Amino acid sequence: MPLKRHGAQTGAAMTESKLSEIRGIDSGQELIDEGTRSMTSWALAMHRTSLWLQSPRPYLMLIGFACFIGFWYLAVEVWKLPRFAEMPGPTQVLTEWLSRDPVYGLSIFVPEYYLHIWVSTRRIAIAFFLATGIGVPLGLFLGWSPRFKQYVFPVFELMRPIPPLAWVPLAIVMFRGSETPVIFLTFLASFYATALNTMLGVESIDASYIRAASCLGAKRWQVFRHIIVPGALPFIFTGLQISVGVAWFSLVAGEMVSGQYGLGSVINTSYTMVRYPMIIIGMVTLGIVGYITSAAIRLLGDYMMQWRTRELALGER
Amino acid sequence: METGNAPSQRDRSTIARKGGVRIIDAVKMYGAQGAGVLAVDHCTFDVPAGEITVVVGPSGCGKTTLLNAIAGFHSLSSGSIYLDDEMLCGPGKLKAEPGPDRIVVFQNGALFPWKTNIDNVAFGPIMQGSMSRSEAYEKAQSMMADAGLRGIADSYPGEISSGVRRRVEIVRALMNDPKILLLDEPYRALDSLTKSVMHEALLEIFYKNRVTIFFITHDLEEAIFLGHRVVIMTTRPCRPKKILDIDIPHPRDYSVLTTKRFRAFMEETSAAVHEEAIKAFDAGEKER
Repeated sequence: MPLKRHGAQTGAAMTESKLSEIRGIDSGQELIDEGTRSMTSWALAMHRTSLWLQSPRPYLMLIGFACFIGFWYLAVEVWKLPRFAEMPGPTQVLTEWLSRDPVYGLSIFVPEYYLHIWVSTRRIAIAFFLATGIGVPLGLFLGWSPRFKQYVFPVFELMRPIPPLAWVPLAIVMFRGSETPVIFLTFLASFYATALNTMLGVESIDASYIRAASCLGAKRWQVFRHIIVPGALPFIFTGLQISVGVAWFSLVAGEMVSGQYGLGSVINTSYTMVRYPMIIIGMVTLGIVGYITSAAIRLLGDYMMQWRTRELALGER
Repeated sequence: METGNAPSQRDRSTIARKGGVRIIDAVKMYGAQGAGVLAVDHCTFDVPAGEITVVVGPSGCGKTTLLNAIAGFHSLSSGSIYLDDEMLCGPGKLKAEPGPDRIVVFQNGALFPWKTNIDNVAFGPIMQGSMSRSEAYEKAQSMMADAGLRGIADSYPGEISSGVRRRVEIVRALMNDPKILLLDEPYRALDSLTKSVMHEALLEIFYKNRVTIFFITHDLEEAIFLGHRVVIMTTRPCRPKKILDIDIPHPRDYSVLTTKRFRAFMEETSAAVHEEAIKAFDAGEKER
């Protein structure tokens, strides 16, 4: 408001003191609420959670889930629709999943269940870190150096449309054992998503930031460190979100082809051995673990991009 | 007013008359030779040291091209530009090197959104290696306090209003003791009330530092209010159409706007500016 108040006096001569008075107001407390600024991130998280619980969002979400499971229940167990004849219903899956003595051998009380989860997660972690470690630097250089891009990008663009599944035979031929081919396939999909988004992130940076930095005396590598890397970060994290999604996608494909452990192999062996409830347990577990990995990346992104979180949160606080 | 720092301030205003820019026969052609678009056409004028020179012209007339050549973002096709008798660009070296002696304040603002305001302000000296980190932060702190920006040092540019952002950006520029500030329509996106505050704040900064200012705008009132010298440009290709020395005494404040003198300058120039605006408009129509 101070600016408007000042505007009314525009015609009149303005004294120094008035000017500094205006500054004092609009540069300090009014713009930033000191109370929320000093909040710790934990308190902020609690605050957000309580806001979330007060909003209708969690309840709408529950209704959504209820409708979905309700339809599944009706279709399989009540109406017994023809297409759903072979499909296990939610009651059967749930009792199996929570059973201390599961009929088909897999439930939350069986250690083997966690072994499958662990094996899959480990493969994802290795592939994801490899893909990030190689994809982010590659993307940064692709976006930063036009010359480098001219060498590399055409090859990259030709390789990228090849689906990871098409690599299966080569992966088995190239790598020994059952573990490395699966990791390789998982890596491949992640890598393209990360590198491409990172490159787009660099290209999205407003040229005036780079100019401003060079005006202020930053050398080329300083521009890279202080402008290019943080400027591309929002796109990089979008890329990582996509990357972890496609990682699960190709992991399961890889596990279905080779490997005796992992959630993909659970689904595949359950199919061949006609243990249908286990297929659903495998699928739901994939959904949950996949969601957790992608939420973890989102949290890490929020943490690393405080400036963005604060900007976006301004309206909500 | 014989305070402790008075002598040093006087020193600055008399000795530190630096930052004079001389533009000689500058030509900038975009695109392939011969077939390109002429943006700047044999431009010659001076930006006197220690003064505010405002360049006025219709949008897209090529005045930013000229600024970019001084800053070192673009090359010239021919001609030369001098800063205090030192050649920035000219025959044999058509592109100047960007550097902290000529700092640009951009049209849409270029504070780095991922750095806090004080990190932004301290950025220049740290990059140049001219100060240690702690010295830079100390100076940044005191300069921000001087400008009434103490309260926002640790927040991010995205959390403050655009008017305050501009002020932080000017402080960031002044941190480097530039010879000349190049302002590229810095207040274009602001509403007119905020603008009026910003104008007086800019003048206040100028009276304190006596840094040479090269200011681009399409707003004639802004130009006459701020400038010692107003250069009215023709529309693309741009060339000085009229150069006026505004002899309204400094320090100025908003009461100047209602004086007869100011009106007289407005009358003298508005016809020329309007003529160019119409030309620019017609050219725009033809292009489409």
